[in-house]
Amino acid sequence: MRFSEQLEAKFNQLISAFPPGRERAALVPMLLYAQDEVGHLTPEVIQEIAGRLRVPVHEVDEVVSYYSMLTRKPRGRYHIQICTNISCMLLGAEQLLEHAKQRLGIDCGEVTPDGRFSLEEVECIGACCWGPAIQVNYDYHHWMTPEKLDRLLEELRKAQ
Amino acid sequence: MSPRLYNEPSPLEVKILTRRFGLPNSQSIDTYLATGGYEAFRKALEMTPEEIIEEVKASNLRGRGGAGFPTGMKWGFVPRESPLPKYVVVNADEGEPGTCKDRLLMEHDPHQLLEGMLIAARAVGAERGYIYIRGEYRYLIEILDRAIGEAYERGFLGDNILGTGMRFHVYTHSGAGSYECGEESALLESLEGKRGVPRIRPPFPATAGLFQCPTVLNNVETFCAIPAIIRDGGKAFAALGTPRNGGTRLFCISGHVNRPGVYELPMGFNLLRMIHEVAGGVRDGRKLKAVIPGGSSCPVLKAEECDLPMDFDSVAQAGSMLGSGGVVVMDETTDMVRVAVRIAKFYQHESCGWCVPCREGTTWLRHLLTRIDQGIAKPSELDLVVEICNNMLGRTFCPLGDAAAMPIRSFVMKFREEFEARLRRPMVAVPDPDSLVVS
Repeated sequence: MRFSEQLEAKFNQLISAFPPGRERAALVPMLLYAQDEVGHLTPEVIQEIAGRLRVPVHEVDEVVSYYSMLTRKPRGRYHIQICTNISCMLLGAEQLLEHAKQRLGIDCGEVTPDGRFSLEEVECIGACCWGPAIQVNYDYHHWMTPEKLDRLLEELRKAQ
Repeated sequence: MSPRLYNEPSPLEVKILTRRFGLPNSQSIDTYLATGGYEAFRKALEMTPEEIIEEVKASNLRGRGGAGFPTGMKWGFVPRESPLPKYVVVNADEGEPGTCKDRLLMEHDPHQLLEGMLIAARAVGAERGYIYIRGEYRYLIEILDRAIGEAYERGFLGDNILGTGMRFHVYTHSGAGSYECGEESALLESLEGKRGVPRIRPPFPATAGLFQCPTVLNNVETFCAIPAIIRDGGKAFAALGTPRNGGTRLFCISGHVNRPGVYELPMGFNLLRMIHEVAGGVRDGRKLKAVIPGGSSCPVLKAEECDLPMDFDSVAQAGSMLGSGGVVVMDETTDMVRVAVRIAKFYQHESCGWCVPCREGTTWLRHLLTRIDQGIAKPSELDLVVEICNNMLGRTFCPLGDAAAMPIRSFVMKFREEFEARLRRPMVAVPDPDSLVVS
């Protein structure tokens, strides 16, 4: 299996960060960066990375199942992650999540039929002083309100 | 290159670690060098490793990740005579709910972190350093990688640093979503490409850390304090705080306040003044109800308990913890049962599942508290919540079990009447055979 040149370069950088014989250490970020490119961790991706690092496939499976950002299920092009942990919750994050579910017509863990959006309730994303906060893929959006979320979703609907 | 400020600074701040926040191009090495950057490292090159460690000890710097362990002592545990390679690891897995300070330190002043790592490397003889950063902070990896590139170009990193023959290489390393990886031994497992499950200690990372080699492992803010300590001396840093609690600290004030934000204040700053004078008071003129003083793992303080100096020892004396500096403020409208449910849900989700008291305990806490919140729990279930907490405390390999049990027990004990008001009325004396709870 081949990845893009940029991802291959990233893999080399990640692996070369460790002393010889310690290549396995690059596993977690390799999985995340591969997922960023492919969309989700397919059995082929997992097998490929396992082979490159000479780690048994079942051990890579164990790692994939542990980390909450890693997924075997396809997500939407825009993965909407709404933090509802205490600081954000005190400022209305639960209502924001309900609003997002209604607007998108999906529940957490689901993808819209056009594949554009997926929704996830997430734990603290380190934006407690500027909540309620969300992440769309890796982009932070602070001080969210239902109205601001509507505008953001509208922009993302139109995005090419 | 000029990150915006997320909140206006307060005139009450004492800006040591945050002094470059808001400067034009604060991320760039030119700004850093023009404002005294890497001078502390040059000074450290003239010092012996023992002198560096003594200076850090004199500063009374205590770990900013939450545990508050004296940093100089931690560095002193690294065996210098060991033939094994040594490592410097930065814990940038900031995940404690209520905490968002390390993010700003890396965003505004990445070179300060690199300089702290370099001084640590010089003190223990390490040749490689890793910044383990939570996966959600991808944009910070780009900022840090750029700063690392600049440091190589200017000779502060590499195989012959500033012509002294010192070798040190720094790499960023992304996590992928796991609160538990903020615990130092779980972080090391994750950094080795495994599930983030804690290790049994001893041995501690100082003697057997990354790849079982001696490792200095500290929080971002801890490393960021090092340049100031070496530049101005440990005593000067210590004098900023209270006895045994040196320096300043970045407090993240969130929740029901008028000016939430990250503020750098001297250790020992009064909590009530923090809320009212620094963060602009409770929003909408409401009354203060309670505060979580150091991130969601810390027992809650009632409003009348909040007149206290914010240092490790004073907050511990008040029955809570200074933790990671996440001050979560709750006003009189806050539903304490809902907050307890949310905290239980978090720890249940993040428990790695290795120890039974934590895995089962967090699951049952979430389940029982949800039943109480829904008004379908029997009165005995409230006592069962406390009993489960007591059975978790001190019985797990890492602090996550305690981190769940301590706040939840405090919520139930300090706001018991709110929980009792939600219990099912005991008028129906019929046994409930379908209940999941056997009491």
